[in-house]
Amino acid sequence: MATPRTAWRTLTAGLRVLLRRDNADADVADELAHFATEAEAALIADGVSPDEARRRVRREYGDDTRVREQMRDAGWEESLALAVRDVGYAVRRLRRDASFTVVICATLALGIGATTAIFSAVNPVLFRPLPYPDANRLLAIADRSAAGAPLDVTFGTYRELASRARTVEAFAVFKPWQPTLLTGGSEPERLDGQRVSVAYFQALGVRPAIGREFLDEEDRPRGGAVVIISHGLWTRRFAGDPAVVGRQVRFDGYPFTVIGVMPAGFRVVQAPTAEAWAPLQYDPALPPDGREWGHHLRMIARLRRGVALAAAQRDIEEIATHPVIEFRRMPWAGLAQGLVVTPLQEEVVRAVRPALIAIAGAVLLVLLAACVNATSLLLARGAQRRGELAMRTALGAGRWRLIRQLVTESVVLACAGGAAGVVVAAAGVQALVVMAPAALPRVDAIRFDGAALAFAIAVSALVGIVIGALPAWQATRRDPHDGLQHAPRTVAGHRGARSVLVVAEVAVALVLLVVAGLLVRSLQQLFAVDTGFSSSHVLTLQVSAADRGADPVATRQFFERALAAVQVVPGAEAAGWTSQLPLSGDFDKYGAQVEANVAMDATADASALRYAVTPRYFDAMGIHLRRGRLLDDRDRAVAPVAVVVSESFVKHRLPGLEPIGQRLHLGRTDLPWYTIVGVVGDVRQASLATEGADAVYITTEQWFFADSVLSLAVRSSGDAASLAPAVRRAIWSVDPSEPIVRVSTLGALVAASAAERRFAAVILECFALVALVLAATGIYGVLSGAVTERLREMGVRAALGASRADLLALVFGQGMALAAIGVVLGAIGAVWAGHAITAMLFGISPLDTTTYVMVTVLLTIASAAACWAPAWRASRVDPVAMLRAD
Amino acid sequence: MDTDVIQGTLDLLILKTLSLEPMHGFGIARRVEQVSRGVFKVNPGSLMVALQRLERAAAIDGEWHQTENGRRARFYTLTRAGRKRLDAEAEAWTRRAAAVARLLNAQA
Repeated sequence: MATPRTAWRTLTAGLRVLLRRDNADADVADELAHFATEAEAALIADGVSPDEARRRVRREYGDDTRVREQMRDAGWEESLALAVRDVGYAVRRLRRDASFTVVICATLALGIGATTAIFSAVNPVLFRPLPYPDANRLLAIADRSAAGAPLDVTFGTYRELASRARTVEAFAVFKPWQPTLLTGGSEPERLDGQRVSVAYFQALGVRPAIGREFLDEEDRPRGGAVVIISHGLWTRRFAGDPAVVGRQVRFDGYPFTVIGVMPAGFRVVQAPTAEAWAPLQYDPALPPDGREWGHHLRMIARLRRGVALAAAQRDIEEIATHPVIEFRRMPWAGLAQGLVVTPLQEEVVRAVRPALIAIAGAVLLVLLAACVNATSLLLARGAQRRGELAMRTALGAGRWRLIRQLVTESVVLACAGGAAGVVVAAAGVQALVVMAPAALPRVDAIRFDGAALAFAIAVSALVGIVIGALPAWQATRRDPHDGLQHAPRTVAGHRGARSVLVVAEVAVALVLLVVAGLLVRSLQQLFAVDTGFSSSHVLTLQVSAADRGADPVATRQFFERALAAVQVVPGAEAAGWTSQLPLSGDFDKYGAQVEANVAMDATADASALRYAVTPRYFDAMGIHLRRGRLLDDRDRAVAPVAVVVSESFVKHRLPGLEPIGQRLHLGRTDLPWYTIVGVVGDVRQASLATEGADAVYITTEQWFFADSVLSLAVRSSGDAASLAPAVRRAIWSVDPSEPIVRVSTLGALVAASAAERRFAAVILECFALVALVLAATGIYGVLSGAVTERLREMGVRAALGASRADLLALVFGQGMALAAIGVVLGAIGAVWAGHAITAMLFGISPLDTTTYVMVTVLLTIASAAACWAPAWRASRVDPVAMLRAD
Repeated sequence: MDTDVIQGTLDLLILKTLSLEPMHGFGIARRVEQVSRGVFKVNPGSLMVALQRLERAAAIDGEWHQTENGRRARFYTLTRAGRKRLDAEAEAWTRRAAAVARLLNAQA
């Protein structure tokens, strides 16, 4: 029956009663009076005498207060009025107990604030759809290595899928692109961009706001230099001028025609910093030894409307397992293991999901601890208020009425705490965004928004009810006589409940401490690994000679002269260029074919990291020579090509063979063999946790093309960072127009490579600390209350001969017993939690003994500190004074 | 015999009474008593609560009128929604009553 009309009437009628109570009462009185008049008249008309009629009517209809009450109770407005009265009463009471209120509010603000902040971060990253139309139709597709791990796809695979798959509307592949933008007058700027296949924007479902998308004929070799730019780049470098479309701009020294500008909100979730897009322009003829068959592209796809994920997975799997004659496959891209098809959303958050879920779980434990603490305080308060409650019961308040009043109080408390919590959350979100590791996807979507506010309000209301229920139940449980007659002295009931709560708090604290401890220990282990290089006193930076464009001679010359200039900088001990730096995000692999083991290479993953370096690079990085010799000045362009390989390369590709003198191809197979002249130790390239991959080092001069972007490593005699300005000046003395980016010390790179782990560890540490403090205050609160209530008993004990040490031990033992139970229960939870975060650990077991021992010691110390003051007070009790007071 | 009218039935009786003509509170009570030959006796409290409920449910409209002796009286009119509700409830009631009657006769 709840039509809008009835809802409206119910609302307005109720509001009229609430706002104009007098009018409403007068209406009822008038109506009843009229009723009575008519009834009287009717009686008289029936022949009853007027006096008798009046008497009868008064007897039957006299009490209009009762009718008024009946009518009031029937409407919703009365419950509201009651709630308002309860809230008013609660506010007055809570203001009277300012310190109690502040303590609870602060506790809850911490819990609700932290939970809301984490919600603000986790909700958009894990649950909000990606910022594209019909984002649930987007897929990420990866190849699968022989070992089953996801692998970037080849252009060949993309071509085959694009023509064979029936369930997909658009496929697209892309790779990173870092062009240098030169605009007349202003400084050159290194941009993040992408090289993409033609249907890229079609797959994402976003069209340029100005201009057009790529054409088929533009995504071919020599298809013309065209570029689509982001809204940000457009406003930043082109003053938001719509006429930029059709104009030429210089990227890497080449003229590109701008053909489109993307809309303002557009962002690539897999490369949030990308600002420019150009066609991939790979060769559809798929030459077997070309880049078209390199595993270095990432693929996305947009499902046809109405196609289920499972259907697409079957379709693509079917294609992978059934090669057809029209589509030739290379042995290393034979799709024998099938393809990995996942929703794009899942793929984007896969790496961070375990950490975010662990953090979300942890913050719920913090909220739980805060609630438990607040409940405990409310229980104690309830015991003190028994007198007041008994009085109200005696005056006729029902139990439910009292419970309602008490729960209203706790909800008011929780809402006040929640309001403060919103401030905490807003600050917390800021801190999270600042602290967030660069790899966290969708950081731009993290903010304190309406959803977070709604969440905070809902959590506050829920917390209010949860923390209020038990204390209200307890406080209203007893017989009214009891409370009125003697003041609280021997009330023990609530203490049992509070003890249980303290145990819970200790258990929660232990779980959080263990998890935080495991993460911190993992970080320690991680930083203790042998990186294969020595990271102190090394400055690194990246220089692009892209403006020299296609001229390899000029490019090589520039790098040579820049290195010479750097080498004479005072304080620079050794310097070298490299095509990729460890732990910097660089990951550049080429197919490697070993002469002695050609047969083996055809099937297995035959790629190796390619480092094109100058000879002193090894000295600058402190990479150790294991056998043979390092690259040196003999290895010039004209000399026979010499390479140095890593120990892993020898182990995997040349098992049981003497590596020195072996020959291999890297990348191109149409060149003379390269000869291995030395073996160096493994270097951690992708991350600290990834053990050394196969690597081949070659001099920049002997590598078959001139890299236009190289990184510099400079070993300094003193502080590496302070060398930066001089090194920069030295490079610019050769050519001031080349952008220098990613200036960092090697140590900082190492630290940053573990940023995600550190992020999780720091947050968990904060949470664990909060839980520890809450547990300690919980123990203190319970013991302190117990001692106050038992002072007389202590006095009696003292009078009967108990020594101070006895009393101290009694109270102390009681507190520590609670802590011990909490530790045991917490340990059970911690084992489970540790197991759940195994994926986030490095180098230690989830049952790491050191962590457990340290955490238990820490909790014991904190508990002992919390027990001390109450125990001391108990031991100081004066028996005479105590007994006399009675 | 005094029977305290149960809520749902009272609503039905009020709606039926008002379907004849607009009426004030006492008129409704009196009519219910008369027509039911005293089987249903409506006390003013229940009646007022029921009227408030029906008015909020938009089944009836209440309006103040001035009486000849200068006092205010509230007259109630059945709304279109109220008429629909009356039809539905009357139908349901008849069906139920018939079923009960059949049951009782069968046992006798």
